[in-house]
Amino acid sequence: MNRDWSRSSKSRERRVARGVAAAGGRIVPQQKIIDLLEAVIEPGDRVCVEGNNQKQADFLSKSLAATDPAKIHELHLVQSVLALPSHVDLIERGQVARIDFSFSGPQAGRLAKLVEEGRIQIGAIHTYLELFGRYFVDLTPQVALIAAQMADAEGNLYTGPNTEDTPAIVEATAFKNGIVIAQVNKLVDKLPRVDIPADWVNFVVQAPTPHYVEPLFTRDPAQISEIQVLMAMMAIKGIYAEYGITRLNHGIGFDTAAIELLLPTYAAELGLRGKICTHWALNPHPTLIPAIEDGFVESVHCFGSEVGMEAYVAARPDIFFVGADGSMRSNRAFSQTAGHYACDLFIGSTLQIDLAGNSSTAIKGRIAGFGGAPNMGADARGRRHASPAWLKAGREDALATGMPRGRKLVVQTVETFREHMEPAFVERLDAWEVGQSAGMALPPVMIYGDDVSHIITEEGIANLLMCQTAEEREQAIRGVAGYTQVGIARDRRMVENLRDRGIVRRPEDMGINPRLATRDLLAARSIKDLVRASGGLYDPPKRFRNW
Amino acid sequence: MESLVYEYQGGVPIESPRAPVIAGVVGSGNLEILVEAEGPDDRCTIVVVTAATGFGTIWQAVMNDFVARHKPGGVRLSINDVGATPAVVSLRLEQAWEAFKGGSA
Amino acid sequence: MNHSYYEASARERMAAFLDPGSFQEFLPPTDRVSSPHLRQLDQPGAFDDGILVGSGRLSGHAILAAAQEGVFMGGAVGEVHGAKLVGLLERALITRPEAVILLLETGGVRLHEANAGLVAVSEIMHAVLAVRTAGIPVIVLDGGQFGCFGGMGIVAALCDAVVMSEEGRLGLSGPEVIEASRGVEEFDSRDRALVWRTVGGKHRYMLGEATRLVEDSIPAFREAAIALLGTRPVFGLEDLEAEHARLRERLERFGDCRESIEIWTRLGIEDPQSLPLLETQAFLAQVGGKRA
Repeated sequence: MNRDWSRSSKSRERRVARGVAAAGGRIVPQQKIIDLLEAVIEPGDRVCVEGNNQKQADFLSKSLAATDPAKIHELHLVQSVLALPSHVDLIERGQVARIDFSFSGPQAGRLAKLVEEGRIQIGAIHTYLELFGRYFVDLTPQVALIAAQMADAEGNLYTGPNTEDTPAIVEATAFKNGIVIAQVNKLVDKLPRVDIPADWVNFVVQAPTPHYVEPLFTRDPAQISEIQVLMAMMAIKGIYAEYGITRLNHGIGFDTAAIELLLPTYAAELGLRGKICTHWALNPHPTLIPAIEDGFVESVHCFGSEVGMEAYVAARPDIFFVGADGSMRSNRAFSQTAGHYACDLFIGSTLQIDLAGNSSTAIKGRIAGFGGAPNMGADARGRRHASPAWLKAGREDALATGMPRGRKLVVQTVETFREHMEPAFVERLDAWEVGQSAGMALPPVMIYGDDVSHIITEEGIANLLMCQTAEEREQAIRGVAGYTQVGIARDRRMVENLRDRGIVRRPEDMGINPRLATRDLLAARSIKDLVRASGGLYDPPKRFRNW
Repeated sequence: MESLVYEYQGGVPIESPRAPVIAGVVGSGNLEILVEAEGPDDRCTIVVVTAATGFGTIWQAVMNDFVARHKPGGVRLSINDVGATPAVVSLRLEQAWEAFKGGSA
Repeated sequence: MNHSYYEASARERMAAFLDPGSFQEFLPPTDRVSSPHLRQLDQPGAFDDGILVGSGRLSGHAILAAAQEGVFMGGAVGEVHGAKLVGLLERALITRPEAVILLLETGGVRLHEANAGLVAVSEIMHAVLAVRTAGIPVIVLDGGQFGCFGGMGIVAALCDAVVMSEEGRLGLSGPEVIEASRGVEEFDSRDRALVWRTVGGKHRYMLGEATRLVEDSIPAFREAAIALLGTRPVFGLEDLEAEHARLRERLERFGDCRESIEIWTRLGIEDPQSLPLLETQAFLAQVGGKRA
């Protein structure tokens, strides 16, 4: 057989040659960027425009959306997020045929409309790890448009604290004969360190403005409510202390920020310093500063960075993963892996929970996606190493078969009503309708009920592990669902029985007095308190300041 | 706006005269509760004025639980509400009741 | 524990500000003297119409005091709310306390009852001046979440002294109002750092509009108010003319500045960029006597 085994490498050579001709070299002048993109991208290419819920290759994305649709069309976007207006512009201009992604956040409404109108086909909505996995199987990008902080003349890149998805994208693209184009904030003679070597990168362009980074993980303590303080007390005393949770991941909401801020106060009073919350897979949450300063925390690995936390993180190299140059390195793929396999507990909030404990953030008219939550919030069936928390949860698992094995703790913490009196507990998730109207194979469930171990509400904790039947599970959920329809329809006798067995627990059952749940328990009650706790190292974005 | 009135009987009379107590403030998602000694010994009257209409059954359930828990007698509770969730209402009720019982006239 | 003034409710502030247990409230919530207008407009009311007024003791001295609740309608002044404040000030003319202390937190006139509110604010101004003329100082505390704006911003400027924390804000038009009427290029109300260095406590102190700057704690406000109890209103024609001359000179000196930092530079502050980030004590030390 006389097959040509190097078509892809020849394609790469041709594309690079066309690109060099169009842009005049490997360092591309800003005004030549559209010429470059039109020269190297071919119709039908799989293209990754780097962007996450944090950093964005915004200049390249905008430039791609300004290319000639006659030259660039039928693209297949394979990327973590569709968060920028320019991502959706590209679809509206008819240049994209298909998308595979993880999360759409702010563009969720526009995307749903485009799907409804039949103007775009969604391959699938993935978790981050799934999509990264598929980069190395069947969704390898032909062209990757990425973002870095700095490049040197050879094309080495420094991605720094916001390294995030870049290594996964570049590795898949560069080693399968794809083209990597990087936008950088600065061109320098010498990089602080090399995060991506030059021979994996084909073109570099200095963007007119630094790439956008969303301060997504900054929660102003001023907005934490007494109810959230109460639920945080229950999480600490009723779950963290009882299972001895040392390795964990937190969601990004105010509920979990409250837990972080109760560690140096409430948890310390309970004598839990050094016994819980020592090792984290977590972004550098500003609300974790007081716990770090108090000596609670030993190690934090990050998916990405957080705006304003750079100097603080750099000054705490014993805690964070910091390079020899002094700045942090994050890595979403590794931190997601850590969250899935190396943590004993995930806790986060959601919008809706049904009677089986399935939860979803999908709302009608929005296709928002999952991000990393499903990987954090799922029992790691492939896990083989033991820990006391994992084993205790495994012993409690009433549905376990004969072979002993552990369980991850997956905790959902929700107030029974969200704002505007929207109930968090429902008989049927909106996800069913969302899935149907968007033509998905499955309802978009964030965390499946059989992965959930506990639900915390202001009314108490339901331990779903210990439920022996589906009926018990349903009543345990109703038993903490407060005054929602689901909660009011509980079988009171059965819920009291579950309470006797410790499956449903009220604050008073845990020795918690709800009246003591005040904001005075928070180690910081304002962004300024966080700055103080950091010794002035934390530099919050302007929009969070009141000074 | 909606006004709701709930009357309960069979409460335990409060001891000695008590000073009135106010808990909470009227603001979005919040409420104020004024507790006063008033009326027949075994009665509890609860008057709610709320900006969020159509939640009468939920208020009724929250109040039933509060009254079942504390059996207030000879007491009037007056509430101004701006869409507080049942969680906040229950917490304020507990705070107000605790402060009322703790004080004396 | 830090008794944050910024975080506290009006009732919590009053209780912690005065000598313990000394507050005697006039027209308490049980009297249910609340707004007749809000009910007609289908708006929720408060039993005290968002303000508590009464007598009390401050370090043993008899005073009258009022506290506005910012969470209730942004502390806005309606008919009843305003009448309670006017009544308190007029009472001072009879009972002659050591001082009248106003814990203000307000966006100004309550739009739902604007006419009555406007009349009330002008009556408050009149009453403040009457109390000062009688030789009784009127002292304002401003450190709440909603600041002190609108007509009540003018009221604050009419008083003998204003004590602010850096979280406090003082002005006539609020930041959102300025942006709405003059455009985002003139003033970006969402740029919180800009807002605070323009109308916040530190800049008001630099301009001399805030008499004292204290850290955000109720005891710190209390201490500053105690120290100001000896203030005697100076209120003759000569004093007014001197104040006008001072303001004219200030306008000449800084009128072309586009930004508070330019004013601080002109005042001879070293490293003016650093002022917003300094803690109160360090700020006072760095500024020294260099105020407008």
